Amino acid sequence: MRIANYTDQCAGQPLCVRRLLFCMPNALVFTSAFLLALALALIAAPARADYALNFPTPASGLAQDIYDLHILILWICFAIFVIVFVPMFVALVCHRKSLGHVAAKFHDNLKVEIIWTIIPTLILVGMAWPATNLVMSMKDTSKEDLTIKVTGRQWKWDYEYLGDDIRFTSNTTTPPEQIDGAQAKGENYLLEVDHPLVVPAGKKVRLVLTTSDVIHSWWVPAFGVKQDAIPGFIRDAWFMVDKPGIYRGQCAELCGIGHGFMPVVVEVVTPEQFASWKDEQKKLLAAAAVDYSKTYTMDELKTMGAKVYTANCMACHQPNGAGIPNAFPALNGSKLVRGEKSAHIERVFNGKPGTAMAAFGKQLSDLDIAAVITYERNTWSNAMGDVVQPTEIAALHKRSQ
Amino acid sequence: MYTAADPADAHAHDHAPSGFMRWVSSTNHKDIGTLYLWFSLFMFFFAGALAMLIRAELFQPGLQFFQPAFFNQLTTMHGLIMIFGAIMPSLVGFANWQVPLMIGAPDMAFPRLNNWSFWLLPAAGTLLISSFFVPGGAIAGGWTMYPPLFIQGGIAYDMSILSLHILGISSIMGAINIITTILNMRAPGMTLMKMPLFVWTWLITAFLLIAVMPVLACAITMLLTDRHFGTHFFDAAGGGDPVMFQHLFWFFGHPEVYIMILPAFGIVSTIIPTFARKPLFGYVSMVYAVASIAFLSFIVWAHHMFATGMPLGGQLFFMYTTMLIAIPTGVKVFNWVATLWRGSITFETPMLFALAFVFLFAIGGFSGLVLALVPVDIQLQDTYYVVAHFHYVLFSGSAMSIMGGIYYWLPKWTGHMYDEKLGKIHFWLTTIAFNITFFPMHFLGLAGMPRRIPDYALQFADFNMIASLGGFLLGASQLLFLYNVIQCVRGGAPAGNRPWEGADTLEWTQSSPPPYHSFVTPPIVK
Repeated sequence: MRIANYTDQCAGQPLCVRRLLFCMPNALVFTSAFLLALALALIAAPARADYALNFPTPASGLAQDIYDLHILILWICFAIFVIVFVPMFVALVCHRKSLGHVAAKFHDNLKVEIIWTIIPTLILVGMAWPATNLVMSMKDTSKEDLTIKVTGRQWKWDYEYLGDDIRFTSNTTTPPEQIDGAQAKGENYLLEVDHPLVVPAGKKVRLVLTTSDVIHSWWVPAFGVKQDAIPGFIRDAWFMVDKPGIYRGQCAELCGIGHGFMPVVVEVVTPEQFASWKDEQKKLLAAAAVDYSKTYTMDELKTMGAKVYTANCMACHQPNGAGIPNAFPALNGSKLVRGEKSAHIERVFNGKPGTAMAAFGKQLSDLDIAAVITYERNTWSNAMGDVVQPTEIAALHKRSQ
Repeated sequence: MYTAADPADAHAHDHAPSGFMRWVSSTNHKDIGTLYLWFSLFMFFFAGALAMLIRAELFQPGLQFFQPAFFNQLTTMHGLIMIFGAIMPSLVGFANWQVPLMIGAPDMAFPRLNNWSFWLLPAAGTLLISSFFVPGGAIAGGWTMYPPLFIQGGIAYDMSILSLHILGISSIMGAINIITTILNMRAPGMTLMKMPLFVWTWLITAFLLIAVMPVLACAITMLLTDRHFGTHFFDAAGGGDPVMFQHLFWFFGHPEVYIMILPAFGIVSTIIPTFARKPLFGYVSMVYAVASIAFLSFIVWAHHMFATGMPLGGQLFFMYTTMLIAIPTGVKVFNWVATLWRGSITFETPMLFALAFVFLFAIGGFSGLVLALVPVDIQLQDTYYVVAHFHYVLFSGSAMSIMGGIYYWLPKWTGHMYDEKLGKIHFWLTTIAFNITFFPMHFLGLAGMPRRIPDYALQFADFNMIASLGGFLLGASQLLFLYNVIQCVRGGAPAGNRPWEGADTLEWTQSSPPPYHSFVTPPIVK
């Protein structure tokens, strides 16, 4: 019997002390079991990423400092928590009416009020000091080794290595079949891209960020960098990572239907590898330059166009070209697609202001635009039979200049 | 709940209409308070149902039930409706019922305005909810409505702006009414510093409402003109700045957070002394703490925007002011604990909710302190850590203290006791399920899961499944609450004038339910 037990254990003690003695072991067992489980989970966290309880392992000095600051604050909060809630727990156990406890009459004490205003103030100053130092080093983007311009777009990232004339787009590579559950999900589900950002280890990398449509946010947790990209404005951030490897993150600001599918992947390589990677990129870019003298066939354009469509158009207009009713128009059977070629080109080139339809004239190569328009006009049940050549897009550039 | 023919009613001569027209044309603070509370309960269940759909989609990685477009509508509307449809109106409902009763006034200062304040709500609510059915569906850009994303939407975006305007007008009129009532209609002898703390918190909250609702109205009007009339307030291409919207929005949005929590402080500060059978510790410092929190709420707004890239000075200023909020908030928590200390405590359902509030709100306060630090916030901004934080202050803060307040005053309002056993079961299920749902979200945020995503990477799967299971339990437990409230309205053991022996505010001197026109002769407060 609980009652008998409790009287036996604590015979001769005042009622409240007895109650505490009786309750405390139980409470202690529960609390310590909980804390032990938490501690074990924390220790096991690196081994079992599925139940990760803290920040990812920091890869940059900034991320490490943030990690340490967070742990410090957590312990301070934990200490305050214990100091505040142990008295509350004691009161709830001891000062019950059911124990015959009679309420005291006090309701004011200026001295106590002053003490518990001043002590928290001092604690806060103690917290603000390290935080201030860290903010100052985070904001210091000077003395960079290289600068990369990051442009967010619904829902991909453009990277441009300033001064090196290297630029490319980084798109998610998670297939729609994995998202719909038709295929098993891969190891890096939703956190994989076709062209990761490549940076050298041990160098201070400065990012300048903007976007061509809505607000996005470039975020790699292991670097301790999260910076919103604002249309029409430039923001900057920096990181320096010593250990080569692949680091993953994703867009952190709601940017429409593709927000959850806009990963950031950074590949940190040794400076030597970085140098050879740059050479390779320059050669690739030169090779990919549009050859305006060539006349492309329907099949060539459609094959290229399918890839461009998947990377740039599919999120809204859907794989089957049906769009999303009342939100994103269908291309399959669309009046515009089945109408005059020039109107179709105009829309893709200039976009539709006030909607999610971007002006791709500034974003894609003339060949890509020609290919994707040819693809759209001759796929699904659309069979216009006409092709668009890169020269037709180039003409539009001249007109807009 | 009571009829005009009640013999206790000295004013039966005013021939109040009965049935449906009684509610439509009512100018009685009790009727209107009841309408507010039922409206908010309906909205609570509606927005809660949206939350169930969100948790169903997030139960596993991959897209199972909804496409991202609809998922974004769910998160946006869940937030908007919970804030503007459930929490705010329920607190105004409390003010309507309790402020006149607690200050010994016969009614609110402007009864017809009061009627109009309420009846705007169903119109605004209908407009907001019906936007689910227009072409393109409801708004999906987040309850914060950031442009340029918000500019891209369809007609639902205009409907929501209009709806928010109507809700804002209702709030401002309600606030004017509450301030006038409190300042002019207190019983003789009730000086400001003798008012119950609940009345104090509502007085300050009403001033916050008047100060910030017009700012929201301006910001969303500028969105509207950007959408339709060719202005470029938030469009860099025309010389505007999208971040300016965020400044305007959060200048409203942060005081808004306190609009939802200060009256909850008032409710808890009423319940704890009652069941500790001891006066509230540090009444004066409680009043000053509420006032300081209200003042600080105007100078912290940009802590919601650390990741937008403010200048160093801006980040430091908003970090320091935000940290300062911990001081008055801490004072309040210490005072509640000191009120409990050496009391004579019992654990009826309202007290359980109030105690859970103190404990869980403190957790939300600590995570708020963590988020105040710019470097840590940079990592946690827009992650599930923030979702965990604001549900600890808004669910276990506002919503659970509202539930506690309902249990506390329901006997007074209906004249019947609620089912205590069922109330306790509801409390424990709610508290346990709430923590299962939201505690793991701290870990998800730390591990790097962004908020507002319909699908997530595989390392987040386990905690999401736990959170979903907790969420379903949390949603289902609220049906017990609904059942208990309905049962109590329909009947039950008579409550008597003062069912709680430790309660000492004026409403307990009235019958339960109070007469249609209470305090026809003002009581004298010594």
